Amino acid sequence: MTTVAATHDHAHDHHDADHHPGFFARWFMSTNHKDIGTLYLIFAILAGIIGGAISGMMRAELAQPGIQYLTTWAAMVEGEGASIDQAYHLWNVLITAHGLIMVFFMVMPALIGGFGNWFIPIMIGAPDMAFPRMNNVSFWLLVPAFILLLGSAFVPGGTGLGAGTGWTVYAPLSTYGSQGPAVDMAIFSLHLAGASSIMGAINFITTIFNMRAPGMTLHKMPLFVWSVLVTAFLLLLALPVLAAAITMLLTDRNFGTTFFDPAGGGDPVLYQHLFWFFGHPEVYIMILPGFGIVSQIISTFSKKPIFGYLGMAYAMVAIGVVGFVVWAHHMFTTGLDVNTKMYFTAATMVIAVPTGIKIFSWIATMWGGSIRFTVPMVWSLGFIFMFTVGGVTGVVLANGGVDNYMHDTYYVVAHFHYVLSLGAVFSLFAGFTYWFAKMSGRHLNEFLGHLHFWVFFLGVNIIFFPMHFLGLQGMPRRYPDYPDAFAYWNEIASIGYAIMASSMVIFFVNIAYAFLAGRKAEGNYWGEGATTLEWTLSSPPPFHQFETLPKID
Amino acid sequence: MNATLRTGMLATTLAVAMAGVGYASVPLYRMFCQVTGFGGTTQKAIGGSAPGAVGSQTMSVRFDANHSPSLPWKFHQEVNREIVKVGEQEIAFFIAKNLSDKPVSGTASFNVTPNQAGKYFTKIQCFCFTKQTLQPGQQVRMPVVFYVDPAILKDPAARDVEEITLSYTFYPVDEAKNQS
Repeated sequence: MTTVAATHDHAHDHHDADHHPGFFARWFMSTNHKDIGTLYLIFAILAGIIGGAISGMMRAELAQPGIQYLTTWAAMVEGEGASIDQAYHLWNVLITAHGLIMVFFMVMPALIGGFGNWFIPIMIGAPDMAFPRMNNVSFWLLVPAFILLLGSAFVPGGTGLGAGTGWTVYAPLSTYGSQGPAVDMAIFSLHLAGASSIMGAINFITTIFNMRAPGMTLHKMPLFVWSVLVTAFLLLLALPVLAAAITMLLTDRNFGTTFFDPAGGGDPVLYQHLFWFFGHPEVYIMILPGFGIVSQIISTFSKKPIFGYLGMAYAMVAIGVVGFVVWAHHMFTTGLDVNTKMYFTAATMVIAVPTGIKIFSWIATMWGGSIRFTVPMVWSLGFIFMFTVGGVTGVVLANGGVDNYMHDTYYVVAHFHYVLSLGAVFSLFAGFTYWFAKMSGRHLNEFLGHLHFWVFFLGVNIIFFPMHFLGLQGMPRRYPDYPDAFAYWNEIASIGYAIMASSMVIFFVNIAYAFLAGRKAEGNYWGEGATTLEWTLSSPPPFHQFETLPKID
Repeated sequence: MNATLRTGMLATTLAVAMAGVGYASVPLYRMFCQVTGFGGTTQKAIGGSAPGAVGSQTMSVRFDANHSPSLPWKFHQEVNREIVKVGEQEIAFFIAKNLSDKPVSGTASFNVTPNQAGKYFTKIQCFCFTKQTLQPGQQVRMPVVFYVDPAILKDPAARDVEEITLSYTFYPVDEAKNQS
């Protein structure tokens, strides 16, 4: 086919597969999946620093009861004489920005754009993505999206500057509750980020369905490829619904439509239905690639194929399918009747079954394996442990009756940070430390890697575990202040933040170390057990790989 | 068209279709609410008639009237509470007065609580079905003719309901024009 012809031409033109264009053409006009993956990872790290710094501001303010810093910060952005309401609005802007940045500009670009772009083509034995130029558009749409979101913090958004709607952008707060261009800019930002992800999803689906090497059947694909395939379908089905919902918000705000305004026969609860029809699959979009990465790592460092491969693959498919019919468990307090609540409670709990299959299969993979506790392996073990804790609190919250009490408390905050901040983020670090030397050609320092893991592990648990207690005692989310009764655990949580932040210093020192003094990495530096195709290539892989397609038997 | 392009086109079509589903959910949601009484949406039986009282079961119906701050009206219920026989046709009045010096139109949105009673609260005639226009200073008495469907007594989710609140909120029909 065309691949063969292209290979033939290349062989005559230049024998060096590593020939690549100049700096500007390589990084700004890139169509190479590995370079785009690198760009995504750099972008995600930068966004993660900003999103993490914002959570640091929030933990600083929450360390003690009363308002300590918020008025000062408000005076910095709003000018002297900022009112207390403007300070409270700034709080809303911070929680909104933290949520949107971490979801759309950190976790998704890193897991899907970064590791997905880097390793999906390699793992299926393809030379590149199916639509390399669209891949470039996907990445470069994220940049203006991020700039729009950051820029929205400096234009009026109602009470003060910035979009203070929460990441859910619920109407009517986001419609006539927030005058000014900030919310419009945030909505545009979501449009662009959504378009970027949809294009990425189309690219992944097409690549995985059409560009597998000879012999690489669907049921032989590595689980990371399966996870990204399912994720891409979730993106394709969920994001357009979000796009529709926020477009309706936009026309409600600016063009006099009344989709969510009862004055014209609309219903604000409809927005919540649409948002969570997207929002619930979105949480699986953030965790499924993590499942895939952890599966690869557990298998590698147990020197065993993954236990129950087909069960693992179809468990992800099942999570994806059922994930679309449970959305109203985010809306238990909107006045659903008992039967509806019973359905959504039961359907939500059903998801614990395929998730349990995955947890037990990881454990079964390790069982009797020859386990090596490398840095990516300890991150993966941490992932399994912490994700299970988050899963258990999720089953608690799934109960419609219990949720009446727990809704919008810190218990919910603890739950979703255990599955994301300790689940998805652990899988990110696992993947990063697993593949870093493959991507860069340089080894990270093993000791610094372990140190980073343990300090981070301690830090995030000290942040988020006390939030369970706060939530059970009824502390509500999204407030900058609280009664004295909640002071004890809040202070501890803020200390946890400081520990976590110091661990990130270790992480960046480790990256600097790798680039300055890191040992050169050989092709398959994990040795026996690392069986997927990226380990058949050099580290870093050649600029164009698989000019002769590998054959899988 | 090669296989790659075909898959890409199919995936794109799927995305576009889902955006369509997002928009289609607006009328679908309205229909769903009307059919199931979801969220306390009441039932309409224009020109119909009540089945008549069954037995001596009674139900307390409370009336509640609100209006948007941008509507220069006074709007309130004539009585706060009425005891009605289940199944019997009843009439209640609401009073609206235009306080401004120009004609103003409004429509009322409505629902009942508890939500599960929406399916059984049937309106035969209501001022909320159409737009209402009041001349400057005009005051009107507006009727709503309704009955409580006796089927409510057989629904396990709703049979313990002893009191239904019927609430109206009047909004200006053209908000932008009235605000100026």
